[in-house]
This record gives sequence, structure tokens and C-alpha cells, in this order.
Amino acid sequence: MTAIVQRAGFLTSVQDLGRTGFRQFGVSTSGALDPFALRVANLLVGNDEGAAGLEITLGGLHLRFEDERIVAWCGGEFDVQIGSRALPPGHVAHLQRGDELKFGRAQIGCRCWLAISGGTDVPLVLGSRSTDLRANFGGIEGRALRDGDVVLLARRPGLSPLVTGISRWTAPHDWASRASRHPNLRFLRGVDWSRFDDVTIQRFTQHEFSVSTDSDRMGVRLDGPELKRQDETDLISEAVAPGTIQVPPSGKPILLLGDCQTIGGYPKIAHVITVDLGVAAQLRAGDGVRFFEVSLQDAHRLLMERERDLERFRIGLSLQRG
Amino acid sequence: MEIVPLGDSALVVRVREQFEDAPEETLEEVLRVFQLLQRAAIPGVIELAPAYMSVAVFFDPIAVFKSNGAANGVFDELAKRIRSAVVPASRRHRRRIAARGPRLIEIPVCYDPEFGFDLDRVAEYTKLSEREVIDLHITGEYRVACIGFVPGFTFLAGLPKNLATPRRDVPRKEIPAGSVGIGGAQTGIYPLRSPGGWNLIGRTPLKLFDPTKDPPTLLCPGDRVRFRAITREEFESLK
Repeated sequence: MTAIVQRAGFLTSVQDLGRTGFRQFGVSTSGALDPFALRVANLLVGNDEGAAGLEITLGGLHLRFEDERIVAWCGGEFDVQIGSRALPPGHVAHLQRGDELKFGRAQIGCRCWLAISGGTDVPLVLGSRSTDLRANFGGIEGRALRDGDVVLLARRPGLSPLVTGISRWTAPHDWASRASRHPNLRFLRGVDWSRFDDVTIQRFTQHEFSVSTDSDRMGVRLDGPELKRQDETDLISEAVAPGTIQVPPSGKPILLLGDCQTIGGYPKIAHVITVDLGVAAQLRAGDGVRFFEVSLQDAHRLLMERERDLERFRIGLSLQRG
Repeated sequence: MEIVPLGDSALVVRVREQFEDAPEETLEEVLRVFQLLQRAAIPGVIELAPAYMSVAVFFDPIAVFKSNGAANGVFDELAKRIRSAVVPASRRHRRRIAARGPRLIEIPVCYDPEFGFDLDRVAEYTKLSEREVIDLHITGEYRVACIGFVPGFTFLAGLPKNLATPRRDVPRKEIPAGSVGIGGAQTGIYPLRSPGGWNLIGRTPLKLFDPTKDPPTLLCPGDRVRFRAITREEFESLK
């Protein structure tokens, strides 16, 4: 009931759909930076969609399985091998005891989420199995995986495997792999939108911003034309959320991700909509990103459409399983 | 009261436009709104995050839609529910607050220069002696305005005005857990080893954040806080 971490790779951690209910104590969401990708991967292997999986950053993870498992992954473009066979994103693989699953380096994007039937069995801390890498709790000892770690796996759900070997069928392509080197992100106006002058707004909406190297699970730092505020008054800190784009005095915006702090004092120019957070989670140094405004109604409509499609997919899978 | 979207899955309820002119009143109102919203348990609301003048409401738009139909749109529907949950403060509520009052928690702090790396900096800026800085810090009575930045980091309102010292130009990469600092007009305690730009004046041996406990923090928004100076020996024995 374990998998052995032969190589942990650049940064691999246990994540589920995140930790909620403790934001008032300063506890961030953590969790898979693309929760939708983890949900899809979990459904593919027959798990509850909120089961804990592994988030793999930039690749390099090698896992050896000690028992039979179903696995699937979604996310960026990675070369993933089981022995000599390739496992593309969104496909389902039936692994035998002793099989080795190897993630190569990310080609496009930087993260992917691996679901293993049964799920990763780590204790719930504050209601979640996610690793809080800033505060060092949850997951495996509150830290990223290391070479030689043993990942405990929960008992497999009683499902007959859909496949022997690697499935030919797959999850919809744009769910399985969402990375792009020049993505567009849709945004809603932030509460401090009007603190920026027309020139700045034009810069924000019409220029490509490049992702800088000091980006992490807290946020993506962007380089581009300087964004300047009209007033210099100090703002009183209030909540920020994953997706918030804040502009510090340097004029270089930061797009916040799942590990972001709960409260911030920088002006919020915009918020990336929830359905695009998975694309934002793939941004890596050197990528170029553009921002397009949408309405709040559209953001909600897109979210509901995606949820309806996922519901259909879930029903389809359960019919197939019988 | 103003309700503004914070992206598509959260919104901010602003109870006041200013904090500094009436900190106590603003904090009371934030806490009252926070508690009312907690009690209202509006379907689709996931969690709340109080700050200085606002309470953020994090929600699942799909759950809000499913529970209300939301003919007017998810945001307007939720805003309507929030407005009807946040009734004006009754006289009874004011009396109750006045009668019971928030709990007072004493935080032992060792102001040894070995822990208070920036005592000299604060003394220089405020034109006080290090001893006066410490004495003033102990005399102050503080309230937890909010918790954030990292889990358990307490923003305390009530720093004596003449102790205000600007943040360090270059933040420290690593600050030890328990460090007590001054950042501008605020004081606070770093619960975990973390980076930070506040001026450090001492350290508490108490554990401010423990994810195995519920609630996971020693202090909660609204708590009254006083600091008590302890010696190095006491610090070690309390650890």
C-alpha cells in the first residue's frame, strides 16, 4: 500500500483541493494550484474528486509502486513513462506491483497533478491533506517530498479497473493539458482599478507581461511596462484571494496563487477568473501572458458551464464502469 | 456598508472607510459583522476573513446558484443575503459587548537585545532610550485587529503613537518564531519562522500557531493583549 519515491524531482508535494475554514486565522488555501486538473485526474482513477494526489513542479519525479494501482495525471506538457511506454495526460494507466512511473522535465507549463487510486494517505490537518509549504504542516511532515520517501496510499476503491495497461480513451484534451507559452488570462476589475490612470490600464490590458524567475506557489511575478497608481495613500490591509493581481510600489504586478497570504496591503488592479486559474498555475519563467477583461456574469457562467461538463464526464465514467 | 467583488469567488464587505479615526469602534463593527455572517451560515459561503475595516466572504458560486436560483446573478443574490444577515447593532448587543468585554491575554516577552535585533533602530528613530521603548511597549494595551500574512500572524492595534517606526527598507529573509515587531504604527508577533520587514524588539516563548489545535491560534480577532517583560531565564523555562 505504498509507493517509493526514487527521485522526488524539483518540487513535489501532497495536495488535495485545499484547506478551507481557517482563513480567519491566517491559514491560506494551499491545495492543488489547478484544483480542476486534480478533480479530473481523481475521477479518471475512480477516486473521490477531492482525494489527495501529488503536485509535481517542473518534473523529475520517479515513483515505484508496491502494489497494483490505477493512475492518471493532468496539467502541463510532460513526458511521462511507465517503463518504456508513454503515459500522455488525461489517459488512465493500470500499474502492476513494481512498475515505475517517471516524470520527465516539463516541456510547456510547469506543473501537473498525479492521482493514484485510493489517494495519498496522509493525516488530515485542519481539515485537509494539503501541504502548507510556507507554514510547514499537512502533507508529508509539512514539506516537499524527498528522495527515498515512502508515500502511503489508502485502500483502493472497489472498482474493476477500466483498462489493462494504458487506456486509449482520454479526458477532454483542454482539461488534460492546459499549458501554453503565451496564454491569455481573463480578469475582473479589482477593487482598486480606479486608483490606476488610463495609461496604466492601457498598459495592463494591451501589453504582454513576462513571467519572472522568482515566481512560486504564492504568486507569479510579472515583468512589463510599469503600472503606476494615481495616489500614494497607504491602503489598509484587507483580504486577497488566489487570482488577485496586486501592484506593489515597484510597479511590477504579482498574480497570487493558492499559497498566497490571506491579507495584503497592495492595491488590487484585477482578479483572474476561477476557470483560468489552472492556466495561471502553469506560468513559468519566460512565458508571456496577456490579460482580457470579462464581466462577473461571464465568469460565473463559464464556471457553471465547466461544472456541467464535468458532471457529464463523471456520469459517462460511471456508466462505463457499470 | 459597501459590498464589492474580490474576483468571482469572494467579496469584501466594507464596514467603514477609515480605521485610524475610530479604531475601537471599527474593530467592534468588523467583529459584529463577522459573527453575524458566521451565524447566518449562508448556503454557498465557504469561509470568512476579517481585516481592519472589512470582512471578506469566500464562496462557491455554484453552490450559491444552486441554493438560490440566483435570477439576479450570483453576486447580487449573495450580497442581498449578506445585507439581510447584517442587521444594525441593537442596544442589547452594545450592552452585552460593554458588559462582557473581550478576553485579555498576557504575552510574556523577553526584550533582551539578543532577540530584539532592532531595539537600537527603534530607539534611534523614536528618540527614546531602549529602556523607554520597552517600557512604553509594555504599557500599551492592544487589540488583535486581524490575523493574516502567515498563519497566526497577529496584527495588533493600539501601539503608543511615539513608538511608530517605519519598516526596514530591506526585509529580513528569516525571522525567528515568536519575534515581536513594530511595523509603522502597528505591532505584531511572528508566529512562525518567516521573512519579514518589521523592526524586532523582543521574542515570546509562547506558541502562537499550532495546526493540531482548533482554533489553531492562541489569539483571536478582538482579543485584548498586554505584554509582560520576562528575563532570559523565564524565557527558557516557558519554552
